[in-house]
Amino acid sequence: MKTILLSGNTSLSYAVKQLDVDVISAYPITPQTTMVEKLSEYVANGELNAEFIPVESEHSALTAALAASAAGARVFTSTSSQGLLLMHEILFITAAMRMPVVMGIADRAVSAPINIWNDHSDIMAQRDAGWICFFAESAQEAYDKTIQSYRVAEDENVHLPVNLNFDGFILTHTYEPVTTLDDEEVLKYAPKKIRSLVLDPKSPYTFGALGSPEYYFEAKYQAVKALEDSFDAIVKADKEYKKISGRGYGIFNAYMTDDADTILVSLGSIGGSVREIVRRMRRDGAKVGSLSLKLFRPFPAKQIVDTLLKTKSVVVLEKATSPGAISGPLHMEIQASLKTFDVTIPAINIIAGLGGREIGPEDIRIMFNKGLKVASQKRVDTIMDYVGVNI
Amino acid sequence: MPKKVSEIDEGFVLKTPLSSMQTKTGSWRAFRAVIDYNKCITCGICWSLCPEPAIYLKDNKYTVDYDYCKGCGICAQECPVKAISMVRESD
Repeated sequence: MKTILLSGNTSLSYAVKQLDVDVISAYPITPQTTMVEKLSEYVANGELNAEFIPVESEHSALTAALAASAAGARVFTSTSSQGLLLMHEILFITAAMRMPVVMGIADRAVSAPINIWNDHSDIMAQRDAGWICFFAESAQEAYDKTIQSYRVAEDENVHLPVNLNFDGFILTHTYEPVTTLDDEEVLKYAPKKIRSLVLDPKSPYTFGALGSPEYYFEAKYQAVKALEDSFDAIVKADKEYKKISGRGYGIFNAYMTDDADTILVSLGSIGGSVREIVRRMRRDGAKVGSLSLKLFRPFPAKQIVDTLLKTKSVVVLEKATSPGAISGPLHMEIQASLKTFDVTIPAINIIAGLGGREIGPEDIRIMFNKGLKVASQKRVDTIMDYVGVNI
Repeated sequence: MPKKVSEIDEGFVLKTPLSSMQTKTGSWRAFRAVIDYNKCITCGICWSLCPEPAIYLKDNKYTVDYDYCKGCGICAQECPVKAISMVRESD
């Protein structure tokens, strides 16, 4: 166990090296580029004995990863923004074919206008592809979650692809001391597993066959059910990881939620800033709390509702929008979760930080104050609101 | 009856070769390819172009396998001596 200075990008590269990945196929895109650069360096200097495939597009990057996974290899790929959108069709195929591919996503806005900075528009546009979907708050968490991702993806009760989201630039390019495990510990925690259904010339199987109406529904249902059922393996992997590293994250970080009048739900790196504002506002007597989600798919609806149960209002902060919809993707999910479990708490939606627009301490105070106002009024005037945009 | 979810291999991997033979795509057909053997010169162009493939050589004659012929009409279009006609299934 040693502590080294790593950026979000290089923390993933370092974990992937320790996980002894067999095949890496990736195409560089800002802000993910330095991660792939580091991996190609590891392969070139012999630190990692892997096949590095410099493909011509992200469509091919994921296709090659999927095919290598079908052959039984441990694989890694990563992308961002437009690259993730170019992977769109293969994302669905990877999940339905039950391939344990692990992908890092350096979350970035989607064009137009061209923008290389952080928001969550890229992953939210792909959320129905059938992947397990994690969000990290720090480079340390990105490192830890990469290792956990392989353990979960390759679990014989799961066999699904996992994507690990970490915010572009905010995490990818900032350096922090990251406490790493020893190589042996990593492979002991996440050993490579032999799957029975792999491409093998001695025992040929058909992968990716046509599923006519007589077969498609059941095949699709199987993959959907696998994602629902992966929840226990995800929780267990985190607990086991805590035993060896001392670090566990749970499915979300709930901070000062027990007696909160309003709870702000967020995804990704903003969680730390939100908790800091909770501390400051608590000093002034405002009863506010934070719930930072680590797991987005499968969506932990029951657990979220249990945590929100006693609060008077909910603020869902998200860095993505769903044009023409009643609210943003995360808010819709939270709202539906509350309703499903018959809990009536007003929940408002704040869209902020699109295209890398800074979300400052004052912005977060504004969001909490909106939540406190709803809590005292017991009603919602505007479901969806934008903070930080000059209208 | 379709198979149950539990009877399908993970990720819809097919362990048995030629399983596509079980799907008799001939039922999709609206038009049937009919070969006129008075005109046929046995050149084999229909055999080489049939995408199924549902045309095979039997006793030196090219024959349509109606279990699988979807009635696409490529053979009729490409036949150099116009020996293949597309006949509506209901006729």
